[in-house]
Amino acid sequence: MTDHDVEEELAAETFEGAQEMADRAHTTAEEFSRAAGAVLRLPGGVPGSEDVDIERPSDETMIINLGPQHPSTHGVLRLMMELDGETVVRSKPIIGYLHTGMEKTAEELTYQQGSTNVTRMDYLSPLTNELVFSMATEKLLEVELPPRAVWIRMLLAELQRVSSHVMWLATNGMDLGSTTMMIFGFREREMVLAFFEKTTGLRMNHNFIRPGGTAADLPDGWEDDVAVICDTIETRLESYDELLTGQPIFRERTEGVGAITAEEAMALGVTGPILRSTGVAWDLRRTMPYLCYDQVDFDVVIGTYGDNFDRYAIRLNEIRESIRIIRQVTERMPSGDYRVQDKKVTPPPRARIDESMEALIHHFKIFTEGFKVPEGEVYTAIESPRGEIGCYLVSDGSAKPYRLHIRAPSFVNLQALPVMLHGGLVADAIATTSSIDPILGEVDR
Amino acid sequence: MLFPQRAAYHDIVGAHKESGFEMCTDLCAVDYLAHPGRRLPAEVEAERFEVVVQLLSISRRRRVKVRVQVPESDPQVPSLWDLYRSVEAMEREAFDMFGIRFSGHPDLTRILMPEDWEGHPLRKDYGVGRVPVQFKEAPGPR
Repeated sequence: MTDHDVEEELAAETFEGAQEMADRAHTTAEEFSRAAGAVLRLPGGVPGSEDVDIERPSDETMIINLGPQHPSTHGVLRLMMELDGETVVRSKPIIGYLHTGMEKTAEELTYQQGSTNVTRMDYLSPLTNELVFSMATEKLLEVELPPRAVWIRMLLAELQRVSSHVMWLATNGMDLGSTTMMIFGFREREMVLAFFEKTTGLRMNHNFIRPGGTAADLPDGWEDDVAVICDTIETRLESYDELLTGQPIFRERTEGVGAITAEEAMALGVTGPILRSTGVAWDLRRTMPYLCYDQVDFDVVIGTYGDNFDRYAIRLNEIRESIRIIRQVTERMPSGDYRVQDKKVTPPPRARIDESMEALIHHFKIFTEGFKVPEGEVYTAIESPRGEIGCYLVSDGSAKPYRLHIRAPSFVNLQALPVMLHGGLVADAIATTSSIDPILGEVDR
Repeated sequence: MLFPQRAAYHDIVGAHKESGFEMCTDLCAVDYLAHPGRRLPAEVEAERFEVVVQLLSISRRRRVKVRVQVPESDPQVPSLWDLYRSVEAMEREAFDMFGIRFSGHPDLTRILMPEDWEGHPLRKDYGVGRVPVQFKEAPGPR
């Protein structure tokens, strides 16, 4: 067998056809149902024949590409749309432009190094990614965290939610033409990031929440910083309300646009603010509590219509709820260790290394070989700003994960886009895409 | 946790859907080529691939994990697409990364890799690419 034959055979084995939507004229009935099935995945069944007219000549509609390079696609999302005038008939998100094989990379890194990798997936809420990875590892290790570590994690996770939602308000404002909101959103996010920089040393990709606790304690005077962030953002939320909520242009462009029902959302696996906008009170912090969320007081915000405006209102009010949680956490922050005192997981403090040979050996061992994690597999899920982020971790007893799979909320939520766009206008497609809040780093991993 | 046989997999998931598991939150595959001796119930025969499905019941606040064994010689399982529309992208990802075919899936194409890519990158026998670095003892590209 020549090289050429091998190549051809390999290609035949792994090629299943183009990812793109085919032109109507070049679309056989089977090909069309394939495209329609994937494109208009309505829970009621494959629409195909009655929803889209196959007999229709192809010159009446046209297929255009939105992206991958387009400012409002939030990264490198490519949307193929079949348009009838200005109405969207079919659409299909095509992803993978940012795929860097992070799940494969994770198999080459130790658990100690793993959080540097996962933190780069969802770059607008890196601490949430670190948290879910650390929680999965700790579940396999069967270690119990000291209370202070748990509450620090809660504080950071909620601050992260604030910064992520504020950032969403900014980009959503920009997509709808409100550059004022964009400037406001970035300004408020910067406050939170400045606090993160003080705490973790980095504005993004912190690698601060690690298996076994956090990398360091909170900096001196953190209570004051957090209080300033809470007070400032809370008062500024009022001005966002004034700027957007009551504004006729904003309401016209969001109300009733991109609506989705609760049944559709659940069938499509949608979670987070999009699911809550349809009236399903599903928030993992409340319904399946992790960390100490069962000990703090907060409300789960839900909507009614499942449209863009509901999703906006939910995110705006979730910032208020997060600030409520942050205040309670600040008040009740326990003292004690910020890392589990298990020598096999936690490297010894720097000062000990100068005094003790064992400490030096432990330090060296943990940072060169990593710590071993007992055999097993586990799935943990937490509520990220975008929905349920899950971590499926398989360990074969070595110091590196055998398999790491991140259930990325944006990846699944993006499936709802064709349903939301169907029958709407192209101009609204931008607003709807934005309201899903896709983070392409997480979608493609 | 459930370990259905491949033939019963679709029906068991379907029965769960009937009993109130409204959502399929996650579906992923694992290649156990380098780790064959994993712990499994006695009646389950270990195969190279495993498809892991996470079902969620919103009304009962419960999760259930379904693990189905997929042999290397015939990497094919029935698609859950007719039960849960949400697996569309996830099954495509599992196909793309592991080459597991989901029969009944409407659009089983690559999703993350370029469509002319050869091989399935998350398989354990798929080599990891290396880039040469300019250090003294660097072992060139492998």
